[in-house]
Amino acid sequence: MERKTKLHAEPGRQELVITREFDLPVSLLFKAYEEAGLVEQWMGTRVVKLDCRKHGSYLFETADPKGNKHLFSGTIHEFVPGQKITRTFEMEGTPFDVQLEFLEFESLGDDASKLTMHVVYRSAAIRDQLLQMPFEWGINMAHDRLQQIMTN
Amino acid sequence: MNLRRDVFQAIADPTRRAILMLVASQALTAGAIAARFDTARPTVSRHLQILTECELLTQQQSGREIYYHLNPQKMKEIAEFIEPFRQMWEERFDKLERVMKNYKSNKQ
Repeated sequence: MERKTKLHAEPGRQELVITREFDLPVSLLFKAYEEAGLVEQWMGTRVVKLDCRKHGSYLFETADPKGNKHLFSGTIHEFVPGQKITRTFEMEGTPFDVQLEFLEFESLGDDASKLTMHVVYRSAAIRDQLLQMPFEWGINMAHDRLQQIMTN
Repeated sequence: MNLRRDVFQAIADPTRRAILMLVASQALTAGAIAARFDTARPTVSRHLQILTECELLTQQQSGREIYYHLNPQKMKEIAEFIEPFRQMWEERFDKLERVMKNYKSNKQ
């Protein structure tokens, strides 16, 4: 089976690119990033703030199964509906520096779209560390699974 | 964990990456590899030593010559290393797709 989500992380570079094709019109794909209620559903996070515009910002909060809270936040630099979001992303309370994210949305037809996520880290070392120890994601995933169990 | 970090450090260097690309197509001696670079011979030797220590390269004696081979198994391990991260995004995007398909059918 062909992998839908592709990850390009060239050795020694401080960036990575994630691409994904969806069986969704680009308007719906974009909406998943725009509406707080939808972000909450697929990210498995609580949306404290989501102000989608240039100079806007966001704040997400997740709780791990132990009840510890984790905050994720950033500033929105570009917000072009249906096309592009440029934003920063920070995991608060961790030693990892803020990262810069370029999200590009592309239509591939009536019911197909593509997302290209270009992430720039402060250094190649930080990128590799995050690739190797995606602990915060691990927490999110555990949380997601717990939620699935609770709701199913 | 330390060994893995070493492998990443090994491939972070552009000359070492170029060496890996070079021996990917055919096994070469240290001399043949050094001849492809402007870098001083001892520097190339040092790169070969690091790559061998990380098991990205293996040495094979052939007569008086030592040939360097690429270790595809080790290269595969590097690729597998980022696999959990890719999978994490795959699961997340799968969920996005499910949520939005649901959203769409509820709207209609």
